[in-house]
Amino acid sequence: MIYTIAKKEFRSLFAAPSTWLMLALLQFLFAWFYFARMDDYLQIQAQLAHLDNAPGATIAVAAPLCGALALMLMLLIPLFTMRVIAEERRNQTWVLLLTAPVSAAHIVLGKFFGLLALLAIIICGCAAMLATLLLGTHADLGLMLANLGGVLLLAASYAALGLYLSALSKQPIIAASSALGLSFGLWMLEMSSSDNRSFLRALSPNAHFQNLNMGLINSADLIYFALFITTLLWLTIRQLNDERRHGL
Amino acid sequence: MSAPVTLSAHELTRRHGANLVAVSGVSLELRRGEVLGLLGHNGAGKSTTLQMLTGALPPDEGTVTICDFDLAKEPERAKACIGFLPEHPPLYKDMRVDDFLLFAARLHKVPAAKQAEALALAKQRCGLQDCSRKIIGTLSKGYQQRVGIAQAIIHNPAVVVLDEPTVGLDPAQIRDIRTLIRELGDSSSVILSTHLLNEVENLCDRVIILQHGRLIFSGSSAEMLANGNMEDAFLQITESGAAGK
Repeated sequence: MIYTIAKKEFRSLFAAPSTWLMLALLQFLFAWFYFARMDDYLQIQAQLAHLDNAPGATIAVAAPLCGALALMLMLLIPLFTMRVIAEERRNQTWVLLLTAPVSAAHIVLGKFFGLLALLAIIICGCAAMLATLLLGTHADLGLMLANLGGVLLLAASYAALGLYLSALSKQPIIAASSALGLSFGLWMLEMSSSDNRSFLRALSPNAHFQNLNMGLINSADLIYFALFITTLLWLTIRQLNDERRHGL
Repeated sequence: MSAPVTLSAHELTRRHGANLVAVSGVSLELRRGEVLGLLGHNGAGKSTTLQMLTGALPPDEGTVTICDFDLAKEPERAKACIGFLPEHPPLYKDMRVDDFLLFAARLHKVPAAKQAEALALAKQRCGLQDCSRKIIGTLSKGYQQRVGIAQAIIHNPAVVVLDEPTVGLDPAQIRDIRTLIRELGDSSSVILSTHLLNEVENLCDRVIILQHGRLIFSGSSAEMLANGNMEDAFLQITESGAAGK
């Protein structure tokens, strides 16, 4: 049942022209960043060559690019999540799921995984671009994979957050703007904290992504992401169950 | 009548806000092979009642039992026995007819081996054979309505609930849909709400009338026809109901 809903969700996201527009824009921006970074790197490469243990192309190009990708996904994901529940309510297709013999957990997980499949494709597109580094240099594969995994976890977190806010509202635009506001707020928590050990900073998914961005795979960060995602999915399921019992 | 009861509702009540009562104390029972017509003026609570019967809207009070399963306690089993066409058909406008109907079949747990057969039968019953690859959003209102009916019957449910099924259709389509409803009435139970009294006269075994969220009449259509034509009977019942209030 989860698979049925996930497949339908993925296909209808993929069938929408707006998705393709967003994918194209994202690829364009990503490619632009890539060339800009590459250009910078090539200009200073001659000086770097004199240093012992000079930073390689992966850390100078790929890591910052993944940081940029994380930011772009943060802005993009609310536009997908608003469609998933809130827009179905507005289009009155939600009734179909509500009157079908499907539990709220299956609906939420189906929608989450359908969305995640689309996000994985977006990330794969960017990964393919980064893989061109392998053609010209000896890239640090471990660092690159840690970065891409981190981006995927971060995207999944934002998707779970967006899904919850989508479940809370009937208006897609409210779902999107509140998801954008909250994820931006979480990002600011990381940016504005002066101290790396501050409690508030630890709340932000972005702070935990920073470690993976540097190639540091920490079990604490992985547990944080798992907790963040499961908590929000659980809240979404609860919200839908409450709604089924008492009405929205 | 000794056919088994497929759907029964007991004292359903639904309030919107603190004071506004949409539906109050509605009870009804439906047996296999019966077609029940739900009548009432605009805003009488017809759609709200149907939504509560199908689990789209939780009742504030009262219980619904479908094929011996309590809708509140065993929602998944109860919902598997029901097919619902709401007032606004729940159609994903960007999907193809076949894909959408197959999705509806999977949602209602039609076994994978039987899906193709169920799809073909539903399309044939609703006259959709030529629309398989068309995108739902590009179909006319009448065809969209047919797709809506097809999704409600694709899993061959014991109870079919149709909220104004013939709205926006042309006369030929109305005739086809009525034939279909009569066919469905042979094997399943059907509840339909409508404003068209001749539809009730032609199709329904029993009639209930709602007014201001209360049930004011429940009887066979023969009883309604006994004192003249359907329209007179309907107006007489609703007006005396309003006077009695």
